[in-house]
Amino acid sequence: MRFTKLFAVLAVLIALASLGSVALAQDDMIEIEYWQYNFQARVDAMNELIAQFEAENPGIKVVHNSDIPYANFRDELAASAPAGVGPDIVTLFYGWIPAFVDAGYLVPLPEDAFSEDFILEHFSPMVANSKFEGSYWAIPTAVRSLAMFWNKDIFAAAGLDPESPPANLDDFVAAALATTEYDGDMDIFNITQQGHAAALASQDHHWFREVLLRQYGGAPYSDDGRTVTYNSEEGCAAFSWLTAFETEHMTGSNDILDGATNAFVNGDTALHVDGSFRIGTIARNNPELNYGVAELPVGPNGERHTFGSYWTHGITRRANDDPARLEAAVKFLQFITSPAAGTLWVNSVGELPAQAAAASDEAILADPILGPFSAGLAYSHATFFVDESAQRQVLIDAFDNVRLGGMDACEALDEAAAIEQELIDSFWADRE
Amino acid sequence: MIDNPDKSNRANADKGFRWTLARRKVVWAYIFLAIPIIFFAYIRIYPALFAFQMSLHDYNPLAAEQPYVGLENYEKLLDELNKRKSPTKAAFQNTANYLLLGVPIQLCLALMISLMLNEIRFMSTFYRIMFFLPFVTSTIAIAWVFRMLYQPRFGLINVMLQLVSLPQQPFLNSPKQALPSVLSLVIWQGMGFAVIIFLAGLKQIPRTYYEAAEVDGASRWHTFRFITLPLLNPTIVFLLVLQTISFLRMFAPVLAMTEQGRGGPLDATTTVVLRVYREAFTSFNMGYASSLTVVLFVFILIITIIQLRVTARRIN
Repeated sequence: MRFTKLFAVLAVLIALASLGSVALAQDDMIEIEYWQYNFQARVDAMNELIAQFEAENPGIKVVHNSDIPYANFRDELAASAPAGVGPDIVTLFYGWIPAFVDAGYLVPLPEDAFSEDFILEHFSPMVANSKFEGSYWAIPTAVRSLAMFWNKDIFAAAGLDPESPPANLDDFVAAALATTEYDGDMDIFNITQQGHAAALASQDHHWFREVLLRQYGGAPYSDDGRTVTYNSEEGCAAFSWLTAFETEHMTGSNDILDGATNAFVNGDTALHVDGSFRIGTIARNNPELNYGVAELPVGPNGERHTFGSYWTHGITRRANDDPARLEAAVKFLQFITSPAAGTLWVNSVGELPAQAAAASDEAILADPILGPFSAGLAYSHATFFVDESAQRQVLIDAFDNVRLGGMDACEALDEAAAIEQELIDSFWADRE
Repeated sequence: MIDNPDKSNRANADKGFRWTLARRKVVWAYIFLAIPIIFFAYIRIYPALFAFQMSLHDYNPLAAEQPYVGLENYEKLLDELNKRKSPTKAAFQNTANYLLLGVPIQLCLALMISLMLNEIRFMSTFYRIMFFLPFVTSTIAIAWVFRMLYQPRFGLINVMLQLVSLPQQPFLNSPKQALPSVLSLVIWQGMGFAVIIFLAGLKQIPRTYYEAAEVDGASRWHTFRFITLPLLNPTIVFLLVLQTISFLRMFAPVLAMTEQGRGGPLDATTTVVLRVYREAFTSFNMGYASSLTVVLFVFILIITIIQLRVTARRIN
């Protein structure tokens, strides 16, 4: 009688399966899940930290999910949450935190492990300033700032001193013009070597917002962060300076040579603005590149500014549901944000330790590549984003309106400010 | 499963219900059919219906609770469409452009090609395969190849333009040229399918009609206009409906061909489905994204009904 046999087999299988889960649940081992997006240097560093942590805490096992590419990371989190699975500790871009707090996805860091005094005393100012809705929601291992990369070989070939990078914005333009080469007329499409290519989709929207704008005497937002203020005379001047590389100076474009970042890594661009995380990319993809790093050029007002940002670890609602897992998660979080973890991180990823003690280490400050980034931490600004990707899109579109649509820089900024203001207003409207 | 009827008949002999061979066959057939049906209902129909419900909520997938907001998402959609410029408005306009340009061009080209393929005898299978091949190739792979072809300076098309001393074109980097650039890929890729269906339709037309027309001295145009076209009508309706739906649902080529899958530059290539994806998964506005899918669903439904009514006339 095959029917009954079939059902009997099914019943046995189901019984076995449930036995298995009971056996797992009875185990003393506490298992917590940690998620970050796939970036090889970070994955390797975190694997090392997890191995150290597990050796110190034999009762805790950390499952490391690092298979998700950057482009899908938010999708996967969004898909996992309703299914009741997902991370206990998750690494998010700092600019995403308000959206995740808004959704109730993160719980505040426990006061006893991460008190305000502790954070203010030990962490980089941009972390200390990340209080939102009266609490700290996440804490990083490392922080980054922007600096200027220059290709020494291109400088030398163009007759510039390969050891003295541009110090101010005028020098920057002059060096970009001197290093651009064309095959034929002076046209973006005929460029064979770029002086500088502005790429708003990468880091240049930060460069404009937090650096150029301030150097021209403007400010991106009002002090409470709720009003867009870059659509000003100063904003126009700063934005025109940036768009001119493509519309006037014709020194490069993100549309050619495989994109601005790759073009620099491949040795086709003289000047590039990027974060310290790019050091690892260069080491992996083009270790021969003869480049230097310097602090961002000073502006017309002689001031130095840079944009600071970080990927930061938060505790999820899911971990908070189970006291044992929450305890393990907090322990893990303390471990991976310690100065020692920061030191391990800077050596393998190139990002600077978030704990000020480790970041201002003399070896780091003296390092010709890391030093300029470390110096930048003192004058860095981390934008408060309500929707990082939408706010970035606003400036990408403004830039495209100027370079592709022939729009005036001031008009493009006015349009951008109106759209961004609406984003900010709707975020706060939902919260009040 | 093949069973021994004698053995099980004996085992069931003392019960009221008898597992005859025929009964068992039917039961097994239902069991096997139930698996895909349950799967389909759970994976396709339930989520589709769930989208209607989601569109009435402020649905954030990360949140523990999803508050009911009535028609707020639809009001927001109307607001967005009434703006001078908005990504949602661009998505609807572009989708309409893809559809109104894409379907007629694709079907006309496919019909011309299938008429020619229908004539040739030498190497006809080879030609058919060549036209059908793009359809069975991965869209993402094709999109990336096209992306390379369109590249400035080193892309094949621009290299050829330079060879004949024509100015280079920005293609995907230009707000004006990006949509036609994406569209040509979609037309080319989907055409093989239309060609095969047209060929099947042409084969259905009895030879005798053409012979009779020839005897009557009808011109080639008249033969096409009064025999081929009317008799192909069911095929044309079928393709029109199918291709319309596929153009309305366009997503993958735009995602793969534009910078960071954003549907740019300046929303020039974005589509309604890409908008749905970005709203749902990058901005976590799943409720609003669902309201977009519901509107798209209604559009598809209306267009399909109209097309069936208008074009499916009886042939005399």
